[in-house]
Amino acid sequence: MTEMKLSYAKNSEVAGVADKNTTVWTKKDLLGLEYLSKEEIELILDDAESFKEVLARPLRKVPTLRGKTIVNLFYEPSTRTRISFELAAKRLSADVINIVKEGSSIQKGETLIDTGRNLEALKADIIVVRHNCSGAAMMLSRALNISVVNAGDGWHEHPTQALLDIFTLREKLKNIRGINVSIIGDIAHSRVARSNIWGLTKLGASVTVCAPKELIPSGIEKMKVKVTDSIDEAIKDADAINVLRMQFERDEAEAFPSKIEYFRTFGVTEERLKKAKKNIIVMHPGPINRGVEMAAEVADGANSVILEQVTNGIAIRMAVLYLVAHAKKGKLV
Amino acid sequence: MSILIKNGRVINPATNRDGIFDILIEDGRISEISKNMGKKTRSVIDANDKIVAPGVIDMHVHLREPGREDMETVASGTRAAVSGGITSICAMPNTYPALDSVNAIKRLKGIIKKDASNNVFVIGAITKGRKGLDLVDMAAMRKEGALAFSDDGNSLGDEALMSESLKMAGGNNAFLISHCEDRNISKNGVMNEGITATKLGLRGIPKQAEYEFVERDIRLAEKTRTKIHIAHVSCKESIDIIKKAKTKGVQVTAETAPHYFSLTEEACVTYDTRTKMNPPLRALEDVEAIKEALRDGTIDVIASDHAPHGKHDKEVEFDFAAFGIIGLETLLPLAIAALVEKKMISWMKLVELVSLNPAKILGLSNKGNLSPGKDADIIIIDPLANWVYTKDSIKSKSKNTPFINWKFKGKVETVISGGREIFTGSAGSVLNL
Repeated sequence: MTEMKLSYAKNSEVAGVADKNTTVWTKKDLLGLEYLSKEEIELILDDAESFKEVLARPLRKVPTLRGKTIVNLFYEPSTRTRISFELAAKRLSADVINIVKEGSSIQKGETLIDTGRNLEALKADIIVVRHNCSGAAMMLSRALNISVVNAGDGWHEHPTQALLDIFTLREKLKNIRGINVSIIGDIAHSRVARSNIWGLTKLGASVTVCAPKELIPSGIEKMKVKVTDSIDEAIKDADAINVLRMQFERDEAEAFPSKIEYFRTFGVTEERLKKAKKNIIVMHPGPINRGVEMAAEVADGANSVILEQVTNGIAIRMAVLYLVAHAKKGKLV
Repeated sequence: MSILIKNGRVINPATNRDGIFDILIEDGRISEISKNMGKKTRSVIDANDKIVAPGVIDMHVHLREPGREDMETVASGTRAAVSGGITSICAMPNTYPALDSVNAIKRLKGIIKKDASNNVFVIGAITKGRKGLDLVDMAAMRKEGALAFSDDGNSLGDEALMSESLKMAGGNNAFLISHCEDRNISKNGVMNEGITATKLGLRGIPKQAEYEFVERDIRLAEKTRTKIHIAHVSCKESIDIIKKAKTKGVQVTAETAPHYFSLTEEACVTYDTRTKMNPPLRALEDVEAIKEALRDGTIDVIASDHAPHGKHDKEVEFDFAAFGIIGLETLLPLAIAALVEKKMISWMKLVELVSLNPAKILGLSNKGNLSPGKDADIIIIDPLANWVYTKDSIKSKSKNTPFINWKFKGKVETVISGGREIFTGSAGSVLNL
């Protein structure tokens, strides 16, 4: 055990990571924040802090994952998340391969598990998977021995997004415990909402979800959140709001209000923010529908940290890739 | 040919008998039940410390033949049934093609005659191709042997057509088995609606999808003064509706499946597609309500809803996986574990739920009853035997069950069907007939 800890410290040195956190990472995968302890979440955040320093250097690259192959397996369109994972892998000196649905065997009817097994046979070390079905990442992780990182599965979880959201909040507010965070938008169909709820509540934040009644999923209050359908109520005591994109392109859109109607009732506007705490932090996971869930003035305003979130995303993903690649086998914790 | 079963604890709810007796079987029937029988026969089975009961009658089985013989056949399905203590099954009509004509029944009966290890009865489709549009020729199919009619897997959305088919079935001395699901409510849901589905990000199936059609179908049965049997009841609200209807005298009977009193929706938390079924696994309060309904008689029957599916139908994303699990080999073990061992019901009540009541509902007057003159379909159970249900032991062609590696107490040791010993646990297999 001592030996293993030593080798862990050595790896950290290579990565330029100062070991503040004594938690040992043992998981081969990152599937969701529901499955992580408070300490494990903090370990990722702490490591990401060190990686953010790397990103500020003139030479933004460390040799930590040299010789490792990371595959981005994306069944859904994505700009931010895919590029962020790709950059994170490259900053760690890993080889990166991108697979998208179009132009791959997926279109010929190959199953997710078969695709995964083939990537394993091609000696990939980590698969970063984005899929429109909830549970896809967990299913893949069960079928494979190599690492699986969930880059968003259906409505289930998007752990690295929530981690970068929480990382950004921690940078701004120092402490997560005791802060009020409101998540506003289509909660029912949002993996970002679920991952944020798990992560924030585990770290001691108080979370409110705000949406039209038909977009509040059944039983959500049992996830230790407050529920409201009043945007003013959600903004009032919040230290931060995380505004979700309205997914008007979804095919089951029949329950959705119109864009104009939504903006009128739930849009985050400068007017509404006047009643908020002065330093309220405004977040959005992107891509923004300006004038639908958020006014352009708010997105570009002084309280917005939306672009900082994007930058922090690279650091978070570097930390995640680093940790799963160096997971310690067996139960050491 | 005769068999003497000696010193077993005979449990026969039809005559309220529970005691140590000998049973003499001659020419496929039970000829005598008494204490310390002196008769000499070629074949004697010592049933000391064992339970002797009428064979299980499973009202709800998908044999997949014809059409999906890669998943199950009459041969494999009935072998699986026998090893689970099931001496009679009802084959549901959602085959390819569907059992929607006299010819389709004739063809299946031919396969049954050739391949079946136990008694197979046929349930006919209500509508042609189970499409919910045109009624089948119930009179002719009834004559050919269909005991009841069901478009199982589908509900008849058309209320007028449902009314008409109830009358048609009643007029032919048969009844309907109703799969209650309003597709306008269940839509493309994949598990029970509620906190677990919310956490998992899976589309929920509200309980209303079931109980609103239970309510509707019972109302129609009452109005048409016909019999109706509600298939696979899974939730508390359905039970409340059935209970009220029974008090009013509506001719309604109901079944549930072992998974609905053995597992809750929590079983889905790892996205294991072997927990995906329709109706879905429900919440704890529903599981408790089902156990209570079995105890108090609101639910009459435990049936397996045995639904074999190939590996390729289950080793996919939860959203895409087929609904259903196999259940012939675990019907009795799960019922013993969840109900008898937990002191919810007696052995007597269990035998009533799995044998006597289905026989009564199906009109099989010579089955489900250990009395002189009745069919010698008999199982002998070792109530103290501990065993593990392993994947290798599964006799069904498909292995889609969440109960692999479950530990059970109480094992079927011997199965006699039509007076012939067709299974012995010690030999571990269905005897070659």
